[in-house]
Amino acid sequence: MSPEHGAAVATALTNYVFPNDIHVHWSLMIVLYPYITGIVAGAFIVSSLYHVFGIQSLKPVSRYALVFALAFVAFATAPLLNHLGHPERAMNMMLTPNPTSAMAGFGYIYSAYTIVLILEILFIYRPTLVALKQKATGKMKTLYTILSIGSDNVSEKALKVDHKIIAFLAAIGIPMACTLHGYVGFIFGGVKANPMWATPLMPVIFLLSASVSGIAGIILSYILIKTFTRKFIDMDCVRTLIKFLWGCFILDFVFEMLELFSHAYMATHHWEALKDLYFGPLYQSFWVAQVGIFSLIPFVVLGILSLVKLPDIVVKVLGSVMSFMILIQVILMRWNVVIGGQLMSKSERGHAVFHPLWFEKEGILVSIIIMILPIVFLFLLSKVFPFWLDDDPAVHKQSV
Amino acid sequence: MMMDGIEKEISQDRRAFIKKVLGGTIAGSLLLVIPAGAMELSAIPEQIPGMRDDTGTFISKKRKFAFIVDITRCIGCGSCCVADKNEYQVPDGMYRTWVERYVIDDQDNVFVDSPNGGLDGYQEPRKDIEHPVRDTFFVPKLCNMCEHPSCVQVCPVGATYQTDDGFVLVDAKRCVACGYCVQACPYSVRFINPKTKTADKCTWCYHRVRKGLLPACVNVCPVQARKFGDLNDKDSEVYKILHQPHVVSVLKPDMGNKPALHYVGLRREVV
Repeated sequence: MSPEHGAAVATALTNYVFPNDIHVHWSLMIVLYPYITGIVAGAFIVSSLYHVFGIQSLKPVSRYALVFALAFVAFATAPLLNHLGHPERAMNMMLTPNPTSAMAGFGYIYSAYTIVLILEILFIYRPTLVALKQKATGKMKTLYTILSIGSDNVSEKALKVDHKIIAFLAAIGIPMACTLHGYVGFIFGGVKANPMWATPLMPVIFLLSASVSGIAGIILSYILIKTFTRKFIDMDCVRTLIKFLWGCFILDFVFEMLELFSHAYMATHHWEALKDLYFGPLYQSFWVAQVGIFSLIPFVVLGILSLVKLPDIVVKVLGSVMSFMILIQVILMRWNVVIGGQLMSKSERGHAVFHPLWFEKEGILVSIIIMILPIVFLFLLSKVFPFWLDDDPAVHKQSV
Repeated sequence: MMMDGIEKEISQDRRAFIKKVLGGTIAGSLLLVIPAGAMELSAIPEQIPGMRDDTGTFISKKRKFAFIVDITRCIGCGSCCVADKNEYQVPDGMYRTWVERYVIDDQDNVFVDSPNGGLDGYQEPRKDIEHPVRDTFFVPKLCNMCEHPSCVQVCPVGATYQTDDGFVLVDAKRCVACGYCVQACPYSVRFINPKTKTADKCTWCYHRVRKGLLPACVNVCPVQARKFGDLNDKDSEVYKILHQPHVVSVLKPDMGNKPALHYVGLRREVV
């Protein structure tokens, strides 16, 4: 085959996009949606590692992780509502759902999970809220009265009941958090028309990447908040978190690569189009950014941090940087799956292009605002729920 | 001798074509003369037999509609696309129907294009084909009206639904424009209409069919490459085509969607 002929083949394979496939309908908002829900699910898992699985060294962040999850879950639907052509009809998904739709369940799963999360926070914080209520005046007193569900009873007997409730909520919360994000993966994995999405591995990859983004979010924010407020950083806690991050990331990264390897190895007729996609428009965002920079570097550095005893300052700095890199890796993965999957035309003979704009309804600026909102909300929540046990007026009376 | 026969056929076809164009022009002019709204439906002859009674009312009975595209007939004139755009005021850049041009060279390379969805017709041959061309043909595309439609399965609010007579339609008053149906459709016939902000697609002109009229694209096709009818009517052309030996197939059969849109003379290169 002459080189000219090879070029002709390449053109033949890459030149035709179905006319309606030129539009990328699921834009940045649908990149953010699984990103935010993933952070929520991951943060909840961190909390459960202490509350359910008894990993004692994670106690310092066990309550904070829940409040962190709440801050993000509150804005999980923001990108979705901004994306919908008719957001005023959004509630129809819950009022008149279509039972066969993989998307219709989201409203229920999301709501149920949010309720469990709020209840768990309220019960875990109840002694704290009661103590704060006694100190507070004015509006804050009213707020604490509402949040402590009107009960001031912090007797040993009452707290024992609380403890049982917390254990129960955490126990059902774990499968719910996994369902929430595994399900988000299924929304994509169930689209048989898209060979990039349609793989049973999709929910697994989404769930694992959710775990790493949640753990990374907790590590980064814990170190940053503690550093800026000049408070004590529990290094045992940070080291344990890094080990969990590394462990989850090994699974996550391996499955991401296995998914691609399976496509390449089976080399069905879809692979021609997928290969064109991965080595064409996704080359920079997938191979260079997601795999090359933001997976391999954290993969190695997190391994070193987990296995080698390094000075605290090194762990703090590298831990934060690697967590940040993991957070970027996960959003790149969301981009490559959500946008990448749509770039490949269903003609399987070509791909579209997509460049988000700064100032459009679903553009870059709006995306940044949506990602800042949970952080602002987290700051507001810190005024109500003390994150750390050393700030807690009730901590000496009872430990959670 | 054989050439004579072919030439005779071509000239006959040409005559039929001119007749059709003339007929269309006259009918069109009449429509301009007759004030809009004055024309009763019963005055327009029924194009699909047995769809309405003497008063023009739709007769409700069990039907199984089929759409057949004969790619051995399509000449790529784009009339169907123009008719469709006029019928629905389809926004530019979105396509309820389109026509693809396939060119296959003697090295088995497949070249496909559909500039502006074929709306302007294919007036010039492709000039970028290096090797001798082995085969070339046009493939009109439209909604496949699947028996197992992915779009209906995934719609979270039930805005996309299937009628008893097999049409897959969108209720624009319920659609939230989440775009899941756009992703799920294996044939990429769906888009989000920027005017209504809802999902949109070809309906096989359900509003016309209910009145006994053929879909707009079928109506205008000068070479009868598009055919439409009721498979429960054994006299219909679609019944005859699907019940007699023909090279007939559907698009992407491995998707399991069971399209009611069939193609006569479909080549394996077509997706």
